[in-house]
Amino acid sequence: MTTQAQAAPAAQDSPERVLGMVQAINDALDVAMSMDDTVFELGEDIQDPAGGGFKVHKGLSTKFGLDRVRPTPISEQAIMGAAVGAAIAGMRPVAEIMLMNFISVAADQLINHAAKIRYMSGGQTKVPLVVRTTTGAGGGFGAQHSDMLEAPLTHTAGLKVVVPSTAADAKGLLLSSIFDDDPVVFVEMFMLYYSQKGHVPPGDYRVPLGKLRTAREGSDVSLISWGRQVHECVAVADKLSADGIDAEVIDLRSLVPLDREGLLNAVGRTKRAVVVHEAVRRSGYGAELAATIHEELFGELAGPVRRVGGADTPVPYARNLEAEFLPHAGRIEQAVRSLF
Amino acid sequence: MTTSLDTETRIEVSPQILLGIYTTAIKIKIYDDTYVSALKTGKAAGMYYSPRGQEIIPSAFAQVLRTDDYVLTIYRGIHDQIAKGVPLRELTAEFLGRATGTCKGKGGPMHITHPDSGLMVTTGVVGSGLPIGVGIALAAQMRGTDQVTVVNFGDGASNIGAFHEALNLASVWNLPVIFVCQNNQYAEYTAYAVGTSAKHIADRAAGYSMRSFRVNGNDPAQMYHAALASVEAARAGNGPTLIEAETYRFRGHTPADPMQYMPKEELQQAIAADPVPALRQRLIDESIATEDELGALEASLKQEIDEAFEFALASPQPDPSELYTDL
Repeated sequence: MTTQAQAAPAAQDSPERVLGMVQAINDALDVAMSMDDTVFELGEDIQDPAGGGFKVHKGLSTKFGLDRVRPTPISEQAIMGAAVGAAIAGMRPVAEIMLMNFISVAADQLINHAAKIRYMSGGQTKVPLVVRTTTGAGGGFGAQHSDMLEAPLTHTAGLKVVVPSTAADAKGLLLSSIFDDDPVVFVEMFMLYYSQKGHVPPGDYRVPLGKLRTAREGSDVSLISWGRQVHECVAVADKLSADGIDAEVIDLRSLVPLDREGLLNAVGRTKRAVVVHEAVRRSGYGAELAATIHEELFGELAGPVRRVGGADTPVPYARNLEAEFLPHAGRIEQAVRSLF
Repeated sequence: MTTSLDTETRIEVSPQILLGIYTTAIKIKIYDDTYVSALKTGKAAGMYYSPRGQEIIPSAFAQVLRTDDYVLTIYRGIHDQIAKGVPLRELTAEFLGRATGTCKGKGGPMHITHPDSGLMVTTGVVGSGLPIGVGIALAAQMRGTDQVTVVNFGDGASNIGAFHEALNLASVWNLPVIFVCQNNQYAEYTAYAVGTSAKHIADRAAGYSMRSFRVNGNDPAQMYHAALASVEAARAGNGPTLIEAETYRFRGHTPADPMQYMPKEELQQAIAADPVPALRQRLIDESIATEDELGALEASLKQEIDEAFEFALASPQPDPSELYTDL
């Protein structure tokens, strides 16, 4: 059993504390539930002792009780629907859909209801709901447990879509999402659960939605990405600097709302842009960004906006095929070099 | 655990309750007649799903529910909305897409919302209200209030997967929610037996260890007692109920529906047993009200409804800037 002492953030509250992304998310949930009685979680397997398949909720049901860290049956429509209902009746639910592919099972509640209820009601009923989910290729989970499905969500008016790339951002963006009055789909990439560790501020630390982060300064080309691929882009940028290409890396952090001004300012400076995302390239959010940049900066660009995405295939299982599916460093580098 | 109230002997209901049920039911009937006529004359346009024949069900609930109780309904929901007390002027204006509507004209007939009356959600997607009702009831339970949530849906919705997920979860969490299946015998253009394996929808409650009632939804007394028992149970913390209220839809799925799938005799029989005039006759027979009193009530309701239409028709469309608000 997890004890309350293990769960409480008190012991970790030194300003120098370094947390992994899982701990950072746990911390955000802990802080939000401590601050506001209307915040509660619901989802599959989230109760102790497991605290979720990835241990994101470790200790929370012990600390806050099963009323507020509420295990559900494997019923995605009911989880999403109950979260929508609780949200319009005055709560701030944080629903976990175990893997992003399962959002398709709950799509009616998310797309037809969560996204539209505030608008359809003329603003009478708000939907302060966060849907946390995780996904990503690279874990060997095959085609139905790995998809990045952010593009259709950004194409659904009424939803906000957030993808953190660092532990601190995961905490700060999640707290902002929980206290936002609109539905937010919060996409965690589980490969980052293990790779990301960093200083995470204690307490009610928030990162505003709709503000990009410059992950690496540079003046010759802007690599624009989110989630796991931000780190791939930084690695490629570091490599390219040896060849005299000074690449900037932009971490969008939230896709909706989009930091349009920050994005256009960045590309306006560098005149070159490469959009990199893990989702399949065809009809990906990168196409929207490329079109936006072309519409606004066409005459100023040194070349066309390049897009690097996942292969236009389901995510394959075999390790070599899965590695090739991903927008890996080689493909990112090739796209950047094509602009010089 | 299904209790079939229609096999029991006649249940007592006070004269005041019967008169209250009639007052709501006749309001719905007059409203529906007025709307259908407005569609024919071109005064109203757009989607309209008549609930004619199903008036008693929400009218009986209206005698039991408080304003702060929650109701969810579906696109065929005008009877539920009127019974919950959504103001007629704003309701009609919303149906006609006007700025003065409940939702500023942005929701329309299939998405009526009026939280001040407790009308929380009207969904255009069959069966989707059930999981949302679970969440609203959960919020009431977590906040420690004794508010009750009533989710209305049709027999067709009972074949949607969300029905199963919602009833299971409501039972697991012992929520103060009442699922009211208004079984009007037709899922859009398809008869009950074509698409439903269960003899009765209420029988399905057993699979969720849930209390249930199967009643003649057109019988005010049966419907009232099912509503009362389920609401009292929910308020007392004794969990959810599934009510199957058997009824009949007098008009087509939409105004454009030629109703070829309904046997003529069956429809004629149902209309001959129209529960609204039947209740009116009962009020007179049992000296609960006089012909003059009911005539005055009906004239006053007709005037209120006509005024609601006039208000709506005189109201402007939403300002174009509304396209980008409430996002």
